[in-house]
Amino acid sequence: MDLKINDHTVTVAADPDLPLLWVLRDLLGMTGTKFGCGMALCGACTVLIDGQALRSCVMPVSQAVGKSITTIEGIGASPVGAALQGAWQEINVPQCGYCQAGQIMSAAALLQAKPQPSDADIDAAMSGNICRCGTYTRIRSAIKQAADHVGVTK
Amino acid sequence: MNAAADAIGAAEALSRREFLRRLQAMGGLLLVADGLRIVKAADAPKYGAEAMEHGTVDDPLVFVMVGDDGWITIIAHRSEMGQGVRTGMPLIVADEMEADWSRVRVQQAAADEIKYGNQDTDGSRSTRHFIDPMRRCGAAARMMLEQAAALSWNVPVAEVHALNHEVLHDRTRRKLDYGALAKRAAKLKVPPSSALRLKKAEQFRYVGKGNVALIDGHDIVTGQARYGIDPWFKDMSFAVIARSPVLGGTVKQFDGKIAAAAPGVLKVMQMPAPVAKATFHPLAGVAVIADSTGAAIAARKLLKIDWDDGANGNYDSDAYRASMQESAHKPGKVVRESGNIDTALKAAAKTIEAEYYIPHIAHATMEPPCAVARIVAGKCEVWAPTQAPQATREDVANYLGISADNVTVHVTLLGGGFGRKSKPDFATEAALLSQALDGRPVKVTWTREDDLHHDYLHTVSVEYLKAGMDANGKVSAWLHRSVAPSLATLFNPKADHESGGELGMGFINMPYDIPNLRMENPEASAHCRIGWFRSVSNIPHAFAVQSFVAELAASDNRDHRDYLLELIGPARKIDPNSLQDKWNHGESPQRYPVDTGRLRGVVEKVTQEAGWGKKFARGRGQGLAAHYSFVSYAAAVVEVDIDELGRISVPRVDVAFDCGPQVNPERIRSQLEGAVIMGLSLAMFGEITFKNGRAQQDNFHQYRVMRMNEAPGDIRVHLMPFANWTMPLGGVGEPGIPPIAPALCNAVFAATGKRIRRLPIKDQASRST
Repeated sequence: MDLKINDHTVTVAADPDLPLLWVLRDLLGMTGTKFGCGMALCGACTVLIDGQALRSCVMPVSQAVGKSITTIEGIGASPVGAALQGAWQEINVPQCGYCQAGQIMSAAALLQAKPQPSDADIDAAMSGNICRCGTYTRIRSAIKQAADHVGVTK
Repeated sequence: MNAAADAIGAAEALSRREFLRRLQAMGGLLLVADGLRIVKAADAPKYGAEAMEHGTVDDPLVFVMVGDDGWITIIAHRSEMGQGVRTGMPLIVADEMEADWSRVRVQQAAADEIKYGNQDTDGSRSTRHFIDPMRRCGAAARMMLEQAAALSWNVPVAEVHALNHEVLHDRTRRKLDYGALAKRAAKLKVPPSSALRLKKAEQFRYVGKGNVALIDGHDIVTGQARYGIDPWFKDMSFAVIARSPVLGGTVKQFDGKIAAAAPGVLKVMQMPAPVAKATFHPLAGVAVIADSTGAAIAARKLLKIDWDDGANGNYDSDAYRASMQESAHKPGKVVRESGNIDTALKAAAKTIEAEYYIPHIAHATMEPPCAVARIVAGKCEVWAPTQAPQATREDVANYLGISADNVTVHVTLLGGGFGRKSKPDFATEAALLSQALDGRPVKVTWTREDDLHHDYLHTVSVEYLKAGMDANGKVSAWLHRSVAPSLATLFNPKADHESGGELGMGFINMPYDIPNLRMENPEASAHCRIGWFRSVSNIPHAFAVQSFVAELAASDNRDHRDYLLELIGPARKIDPNSLQDKWNHGESPQRYPVDTGRLRGVVEKVTQEAGWGKKFARGRGQGLAAHYSFVSYAAAVVEVDIDELGRISVPRVDVAFDCGPQVNPERIRSQLEGAVIMGLSLAMFGEITFKNGRAQQDNFHQYRVMRMNEAPGDIRVHLMPFANWTMPLGGVGEPGIPPIAPALCNAVFAATGKRIRRLPIKDQASRST
């Protein structure tokens, strides 16, 4: 089947029921997207499907065919993604960093939809992403900083 | 066994070899737990880094490479799991050698303690053990570069000096970049320690400044960082394992035919039996190897396995709690005593008692246990997110039946460690599966269910305390019984008392100024895997002691802060030996006394910063707790807001922290911010329960951890100033955890009058319960 990932079309032979996560990680070697729970409970595997943040660990790959898939490896190509990656580094958000790909993908979808999110917006968009190291206060700051940056450069 | 269990210093020991070493350090002739080896007396005890297996190495030829292009590669030999050690340790070397951080690369060391010194990344000790060796390493490299420049210019070395990646000769205004000096410097002899000139603290460029970005920051945010779960080879296979749901259980028989026929499946096999020589053993089980992890997970559901549960098949955490409570109300092994507690309690004007329960807690690292292995021509390569590189190498070698020289362990980034990844059973699993596939690369991934069902859990604990007060309200008697299965059971399943290391985690080394004390440790046995969890036994001990002190204050209508300061007593430096704590986090009792002045300092600082004493409406309140662990001092004030339904929110947390000199204050802050979240998380939700020997929580819907919407909006970290760089460093990764749960529960009491004695809180703050 053909998948459109980060604006490139990739052909892959996969069981149509195989979750997209494992197609990315195991069949294509795109390991930036992480496994955390397998039940859409932790958000580590978050990717954008046509701009919407979705959990690739529970999405059969067949459902992603014909759609635009964006992963952490490609999100920096968008102004919002680049701003988030920049803010994340300036604020030194990560500790172990494992969940941060998923955090950034959820934050990217949030800022696309709401360029100036409130705290409640951030809670709503980000509470599906667990950070066991506990970087939440810095994630919140980084999202706000990225939002301001995108707002200024527009 | 008791002597051996005490000797183990188990909370800090990583492996059997460490266990043996600690027995040696005790002196005398002792029979080791397995009865197979006799260990002879050793010399005077060593402390700190030098007491660790393979000690320290400070050779710049091992840790520093200067390229002709001026790029400097510094080796990080400790494991990065979020604590910032891959930034902090090379930063010390770079600063001391006058390198420009923007021209420094960091390379991770493979497992090789002979070459690098101890690599066990645990016990909150990387920086405190390695700051001096890393400074010497950097200074030696700088002096070699200076020597090389002096030779190039044919001037006395005393006339040149290194500054920001160059060596300068002021008189002739000449300078050479480090890159231009690299070849010549590399041929010079490394100056001996006695000849080294270390920088003065005021010359530090990076150390103590918090002015550098994370070395892996860019890779992490762009998806390029490589964790243990990430190595990928074209011919790689992917495995998951169905493991015995009960500790000690075995596979009676299994039918893997249907699983083997499932899409993508390459092989179904029973895991090999344990080998005696190894330290951390994979559990019995059946592996499914497939062409993707997803296919292996799906096929594993089709296995039919008949388990023999073994001796722990009846483990029930509710029943076990009742038995621990019973033990806690009977006298147990006395582990510290001073004065006469019995007389003092009889003479007391008032006595108060309370009992606290802290359940099993799972680490739930976001990256579950995982590893990759391949074997080529008898040599095994492993990629693993391990906190214990050397133990990983030795265990893999022992299981494969090859020499450790033929095992290379590549230490990846760890997607969280928290103590779980000190036990590298997952790496051995990968090696065994690769062996079964004739050496082809295999990745083993634990699902979240595997992780929660088979973790090396934080121990479960009942803590009983009784205090007597004299007529003036002063505490005259203190009895504390701690009942908890020991992590010494990792090495000896029959161990039934806490080890010296566990006792020394805020239990027997409590430094309060009370004339009559007795600490007892009744027996307890383990029925699941017990392991180190970030801050280890400090969690139950601090929860009990800091809650109890608040209860005592409340019983006397006293302000908790004033009461706590009075109990701590005047500023004094206490020899841990006088507290009957022989362990002292492995550190010298002279260099690291228990300093009640510093403990008072963090209490005073945090209460001042948090506005202690301000009035709140009903449903809101502040709670305080303070705890000494890993030779650092921490205090927290948690503010809660509890609604009509008893739902707790935490608007603000203040932490004051004294770890002595601070190499990278930015990462110290981040560790403490994270400790607040983890501490609140375990206090509010964290619990693994058992029925029929089986862990009852499967995934994050049942084992909850704190999320963004539940996290405090405002976390303020107050780092205590330190006098100078000759002060010994304290630990950072763990000591932020212990005060959080009791401070939270004390806040719940302040807000509602409801006293929480059993963790997790769950819905206990609700007014109807």
